This record gives sequence, structure tokens and C-alpha cells, in this order.
Amino acid sequence: MTLGLQTASYIAASILFIMSLGGLATQESAKRGNYYGIIGMILAILATTLGESTQGHSILIAAMAVGSVIGIIVALKVEMTSMPQLVAILHSFVGLAAVLVGFGSYLSGHSASSSNLPPQSLTGAAHTIHLVEIYLGIFIGAVTFTGSIIAWGKLQGKIMSRPLMYPGRHLVLLALVILSVGVLIKFLNAATTEGTNLLLIMTALSSVLGILLVMAIGGADMPVVVSMLNSYSGWAAAAAGFMLSNNLLIVTGALVGSSGAILSYIMCKAMNRSFFSVIFGGFGASEGTTAVTSQPLVGEVKSITCDETIELLKEAKNIVIVPGFGMATAKAQHSVYKLVKKLTAGGCKVTFAIHPVAGRLPGHMNVLLAEANVPYDIVLEMDEINPELPNTDLVMVIGANDIVNPSALDDASSLIYGMPVIEVWKAKTVIVSKRSMAAGYAGIENPLFYKDNTRMLYGDAKKTVDALVMALG
Amino acid sequence: MKLGIPLETSATESRVAATPKTVLRLIKQGFEVFIETKAGELSSYSDQDFKNAGAIILPSATALYERVDIILKVLALTKDEIKQVKSGTMVASYLWPAQNLDLLTLLAEKKINAIAMDAIPRISRAEKMDVLSSMANVAGYRAVIEGAGHFGKFLNGQITAAGKIEPAKILIIGAGVAGLAAIGTAHSLGAIIRAFDTRKEVREQIQSMGAQFLTVELEEDGATNTGYSKEMSPAFIEAEMALFRAQAKEVDIIITTAQIPGKPAPRLILKDMVEMMKTGSVIVDLAASTGGNCELTRPGEIYKYNGVTIAGKVDQLPAEASGLYGNNLCHLLDDMGKAANFKIDMNDDIIGRAMVVHDGKINWPPKPLSVLNVAAKPVAAKPSEKVTLDEKLERKLKRPTAEEVSKKNARTATFVLALLGAFLYLIGLVAPPEFLAHFTVFVLSCFIGWQVVWNVSHSLHTPLMSVTNAISGIIIVGGILHIENDLKSPITILAVVAVLVATINIAGGFFITHRMLKMFRK
Repeated sequence: MTLGLQTASYIAASILFIMSLGGLATQESAKRGNYYGIIGMILAILATTLGESTQGHSILIAAMAVGSVIGIIVALKVEMTSMPQLVAILHSFVGLAAVLVGFGSYLSGHSASSSNLPPQSLTGAAHTIHLVEIYLGIFIGAVTFTGSIIAWGKLQGKIMSRPLMYPGRHLVLLALVILSVGVLIKFLNAATTEGTNLLLIMTALSSVLGILLVMAIGGADMPVVVSMLNSYSGWAAAAAGFMLSNNLLIVTGALVGSSGAILSYIMCKAMNRSFFSVIFGGFGASEGTTAVTSQPLVGEVKSITCDETIELLKEAKNIVIVPGFGMATAKAQHSVYKLVKKLTAGGCKVTFAIHPVAGRLPGHMNVLLAEANVPYDIVLEMDEINPELPNTDLVMVIGANDIVNPSALDDASSLIYGMPVIEVWKAKTVIVSKRSMAAGYAGIENPLFYKDNTRMLYGDAKKTVDALVMALG
Repeated sequence: MKLGIPLETSATESRVAATPKTVLRLIKQGFEVFIETKAGELSSYSDQDFKNAGAIILPSATALYERVDIILKVLALTKDEIKQVKSGTMVASYLWPAQNLDLLTLLAEKKINAIAMDAIPRISRAEKMDVLSSMANVAGYRAVIEGAGHFGKFLNGQITAAGKIEPAKILIIGAGVAGLAAIGTAHSLGAIIRAFDTRKEVREQIQSMGAQFLTVELEEDGATNTGYSKEMSPAFIEAEMALFRAQAKEVDIIITTAQIPGKPAPRLILKDMVEMMKTGSVIVDLAASTGGNCELTRPGEIYKYNGVTIAGKVDQLPAEASGLYGNNLCHLLDDMGKAANFKIDMNDDIIGRAMVVHDGKINWPPKPLSVLNVAAKPVAAKPSEKVTLDEKLERKLKRPTAEEVSKKNARTATFVLALLGAFLYLIGLVAPPEFLAHFTVFVLSCFIGWQVVWNVSHSLHTPLMSVTNAISGIIIVGGILHIENDLKSPITILAVVAVLVATINIAGGFFITHRMLKMFRK
């Protein structure tokens, strides 16, 4: 394949990737979007593999075959509730690949071995820029790699989800960045062998940076972290594009990078926090006395039994269900939908209300509900449901806490003050299904539980809902 | 406990305080139910129906009053009836305590505990026993039917072979429960509806029911902390009258529902307005019992004035109204502990206010229960109580104004643009053209990504992530380019590993996205 044809294929692939993201705008076109992405990827890989200068086809094909099999097996086996972990670990792969490609690029540019890339005869500014590109690519790649692994560990429960706090935390991070910049300056004037060593040092530094960054972030902020790593993996790919002078990589990396950035932004906005406070946060830490509210909690917590819940469910004409991470951990989505079907058959109108940061991944709840076959037109967003709530007979909150906390609106001293929440307390009755009275991830009390019209239904979400389904007959 | 329902003695009252259905409920609550013979006749419920439901039929009111502990009635006991009731009995009925202080005295003397159903506070917990709402709903519906009956034309517009039919225009004054019910009914009959209310907050409710909201361009809100409207200033009333005059010329049917508790109904439709109306038009005055909103209304009468039918009464729809009223009573007794735990708790917000005569003492007027306090508790308030002024003020104080926000945004934008400009200038100074070509591609792609991704729906954010994750596996291209035929070269080894992990990413990412998207269904 000539260089011209290859470039043409790259353009086509870029367009397909853009259309792929565009396709995700609506549920109807989403599947098509995914196919565009697949076609674009196949086109890009074929064009590269068939390129004039590409060598080592057998090992290449073998590597891709093994990779595909592993990828498909993982994708087949993963449970929808562990989606966040999978996404996190996949990000780490992109990071790793970026690091490897960076090293490869550096070595092939400086080694005497017959490189299959265009001869690197760069001088002056161009040479410096090329080195900076390599350096940046490896840096971002390494941060993404280790950061994603830590995120995976936290989501999987292998690493404590509480933020790692220690004095001078920000200084350590700053020192790591400054050191990396120092190494960069040295690297720009170094010979190949020394350069490789410097690159290795920097890789170590950035790996530590990635670990420390994500360790300091609490479980509730994971949606932001995962989207942020998503963004990083894109920037890593873009940096690789710069160092290889490959426009396809640049375009794709930029697309992914900005997409992740937007997601992080949306998540931050949904929590009413600035991006930096999340990244350098340590929010949700139990620093001594976090469960403090300026307003004394008035009222008493009223619990309710399954039987009484059934009565309420039978009386209600109009029910809204608010799922949270508790539903995901209990894997209760199928049971919840069974309950919904029973209720709908009884002539009741049931809708779901999803808070943007419910769960551990943007859109996590939507995916879980979709897995349970819940039709997406009864799944509403926070902004759609809030005006409806005053006319709602009954709200069932399943395993959610902070996203239905009224102090976000009326208690200026609250940690989550200003965060938009689903205003469930405006409904006639609220039933909260929860394991215990423990505070949510933000570690703050929830006055909702003390409201007159709130009833607490204690127990594991799945068992509780199953019991309700049984009792409804 | 024994519970009795007598026949209503007033000639104009056709409702009854129980229906066979509510009798079933009362018996389930543990009461023994006695009913005077023919009590349900005017509401089309026969003695046999009641008997089937489990009630015991008694031949006379006297026999009934002797036996029972609780009496459920629609209208208040008359002076003669009070004489027959034994001391200690509880009576629940309409009472209008503000207008009937002499009745209260009589009841107190006889030590009868009386609940005024019309004095039940209008808070959300009491909504299920709020007879004013349930009866207003019936009245609103019936007012439209009444109006349509006297109006000699269709309500809905049609285009037929025989010619075009104009839709009727209906003006509804007062958008309380009755007004809203009237709007709903008129809307379903196809009329063009306009509705007026002094409370601005009902605009949305009016519009949601399908009517056009008419308003007076004066800054004055009629909402009060009791959930009712207040009397307005003279300037406001003048503007209001001008509006009604203009409407009177146009509309075919006027339905008025404006009432102020404890006071005569406001005069809204004056003689000259009636004279302006088209011949054949109809006025239905739901406030007739308190004097009427229309100057010419004759309470309890329907007559024609200058070609305009003025209805000072509407049918009570006794079968429906009795059922709703009976349900309200059932809820009340439910709240008081049913038969087994029956208790008069004067500390209760509802009973303490509605029980206007208790233990020989008159408990009127009750201590005020402000809706403001209630609305502060975020219970599902009645629509008209939804947003109180205080809450609005509070919100204003807390949130920065739009102006401040836009100023702040402008400052940020300027700063960002300046920064961007400086950055581009520096790059342009030092970077070689080849780099700049790539940089152009990069920046434009960022913008495309930015535009495209904002359109992605919230619910698809997880698939978006896995798809972007898959396509960021494009880094595989970098790996492929570095593979050499010499398998032992370190570069090749690095590249092969890169290709391997990138492929896992690509295959896994696309496949899991596909799996997820397949699950989404309508």
C-alpha cells in the first residue's frame, strides 16, 4: 500500500471515529456508532499493517490474535456491576502501550539498527520538540498506567477506597513534577544510552506520581478519576502521534482526550466541586469529625417493615425509584426490575431517576438498568425528574445516599452544599432501602432519613427487593 | 363503637355521609354502622345496598341518635337535632364555625364533641380528609357541565360538511381546586379556556391543565400563608375589572369560583359586564352560597337576565360527592385511631383545629397553623403551597444573580483567550512548520471532540467511555510501525508487547460496548 493510500485510509478512519462518538448521542444510533468505530479501527490497522515499510507481519499477527482473544474473553466474562473496574484496567493498557511506543520511538530514532521509520534527521528546534514529545508521551502514559491500576484496585476493593492522606501530600506531588521537568532538561542534551536511563528514571517518577494521585482520591470521586484517566489515555495516544508524525494518532488521541475531559467536567459539575479539588482532594476522608452538620438533626428515624412497604407500594399510583451504588454492590438491578414489572402490571406508573454521579462510572446506573432490560424511556435524568417529584406518591431510594441529601441545598456548612441532588423529599412518601444508618461516601449525615415522610427499610438491597417481589405475588 | 349516619334534613341537600363502599371501610375499621332509612335515597343508594354492605337500618333519626357514639353528617346538626343527640357523642360534619357561633354554643352546652370538616387545616397530611378540596373538585366539574347544558352550542370547534363550528370560549375565575377541575373538564370537552387568579404561582398549574393564564400587570401577589388568597388593593381590583370587562365581550361561558374564607365572596362580575355579554351566554357562580361573585346571582336559582343564563346553584352530583365525602370521613376516623384505639387527641395538628367543640368548650378560632411552617418541612405540599415567598427570597440571597455570573464568565473567557493567544504566539515563534501542521490537526480534533461529546446523552456515558477506550487503542499503530523483522531487537520486543496490550484494549473495548448497547431497549 502506498503512502498516499495509507494516508487516505487514515483520514477515513478519523472520520469514522468522529462519527462513532457522534453516534452515541442517542440510544437509537449508538449501536451504529460502535460499528463505525470498529470499521475505523480495522481500516487503520489494515492500512498500517499493509504499509510499505511495515515488517515482521507474522509476529504482528500473532500478537494481535492473542490480544483479541484475551480482550474478547474479558469483555464476555465481565459483569455489568464491575464495568468501572474493567474500564479502569483497559485504560492502564493504553498507558502501558504509550510508554512502550515512546521507548521504541526513542530507541529506533537513536540506534544504528535499520529503522523502518523515516530517517530521523531532525535538527535544532525540531529535534528538541521531537524529544519533548517522546518525553511527554511516556510521562502521560506512565501516569495513566499506574493511576489506572490503582483505580482498578480501589474499585475492585483490593485497595482501600478511602483517600490516602499524609502531611505535605501536595508538596510531594509538586516535587515529583519538578523533578520530572529537571530530568527533561537533562534528557534534551543527553546521548542515547544516558538518555535511555533518564527516560527510565522519569518513567519511575511518573509511575509514582500516578499512584499517589489516585491513592489520594476517595471512592465517591471515582467517576471523576475514571473519566480523567480516560482523558489521559487519549492525550497519551496524541503524544505518540506527535512523536511518530502520525495524524491519525493525533486526531484519535485528541478525540478521546477531550471526551474524557468533558466527562470529568460533567461529573465535577454534578458534584458541585472544582476539578482540582477532586484531583488533589482527599474528599470523603474521615478527618476526625466529618459527620458534623451545623443544623441539629430534627425528627426521628422511622423504620418500616416489608409488609408496610407493600401496603405503600400498592396504594401509590406514581412511583419513582432512585438507584445508587448500593444497588450495584448488591447486584439488585434484576430484582428491582421484577418489582417494577409487578407494580406496572398493577396499573402503577414507575420511573427511574438517575443522578449523574450515581455509581462509580458516568452512566453506571443506566448500564445496570439496561442489563436488567429496563426500557430506557422510563429512565429519567435528575433534571427531568425533579419537577415531577412533588406530584409523586412514593419514592424508593435503593442504595443511594449523598445524591438524595437535602443538606446539599439548604445547609451552607455541608461538605456537599451546592451539589445538585434528586429532591426526593418533595414526594409524598420516601422509602429508603439501606443496609444501615451509616453515612455515605461523603461521610456526612443525611437529614433525609429524619424527615417526617421518610421511612427506612433496612437490609441488603437485593434481599429486600426480592422479598417485596415475593410478597406482591 | 357505634357509628350512625342520619338522613339529611335540609331540602337542598341531596348528599349523604356514607355510601355502601365507605360503610364497608368503616366496618373494616371496627365500627358498628347504623343508617337511617332512606338516608341514601337522593344519592341513589338504597337501604338494601347499605344492608348488603353490613349496615343496620334504623327507622328514624331519633332511634339512631339514641344508639350511636359517633354521628357522620354532611350539614351541621340543626338546633332541633342537637336536642335529640345525647351528650358525649362526636359529630363530624360541615359546620362553618365562623358563621355559626350560636350552634357552637348549643353543642357545647350539650357537651357534644363536634368536628367541623370545613375547618380541617389545609396541610398535606390532612389532604386526604379535606372535604373542601374533594367537594370543590365535584363542583368544578359540575359547573362546566351545568354551563354547557345552558349554553345552546357546542363547546368544541368542528369543521363539518354542514359548516364550521366555532369552539366556545370559557373564562374561569379563581384557580383553586374547583377552578382547576373546571379547567380540566372544559379542556376535555374541547373549549378554549382562559383562567384568572390573583396568585401568580398558579400560572403553571393553569397552563398545565390546558388553559391560558390571564393576569393583571400589577406587582401584587394574592398568595397568603394560609393557602387561600387575600383581598387585593383597589388599584389591583380596578385593573382586574377592566380585564373582566374585556373578557365579558368575548367569552361564552364564565365560571366563577373566588371565595375568601369567613367573608362574603368578592364581587367580580358586575351588572354592566353581564349586559356586555353575548345573548345565550352563561354564568355559573360557584360562590353563590357566600353571596356570589356575580352581582346578579340569585343563590339557589337559575334564571335569565338579558339573554344571559345566570346559575346560582349547581347540582351536587350526590352519588359521586357522597362517596368522596364518605372517604374523607373514613380517613379522618383512620387518623383518630379507628374503632379499637379511638382517641380525641387535641394536641394533634388536625384534630386540635377541626374539633371546634370539645368537652363542653368552644375551641374557635383555632390557633393559627401557618402553611409557611409546613412548607418548610419538605413534605409534598399542595400545589398552591409549593413555593412560599420566604423560600424564594432565601434562594435569591444564596445564589449569585445572573448578572454576576455573566460578568464572571466574561472575565474568565477573556483570561482564557489571552492565555491561549500568548501560548500560540510562543509556539509560532519557535516551532518548525512540520510541528505546526500536526498541532493544527491536534487543536482542530480537540474542538471536534469537544463538540461531538457534548451531544452524548447522560445514559450513554459508560458506553462512551468504553468506546473511547477502544479507539484510544489506536496507539497500536505506533506499535506496528516499530516492529522489525529482527525479533531479538529490543525495539521489536517493546513494540510487540505494545501491540498485544493495545489489541486487548481494542477488542475488549468494542466488544463490551457492543454488549452494553445491545441491552438498551425502549
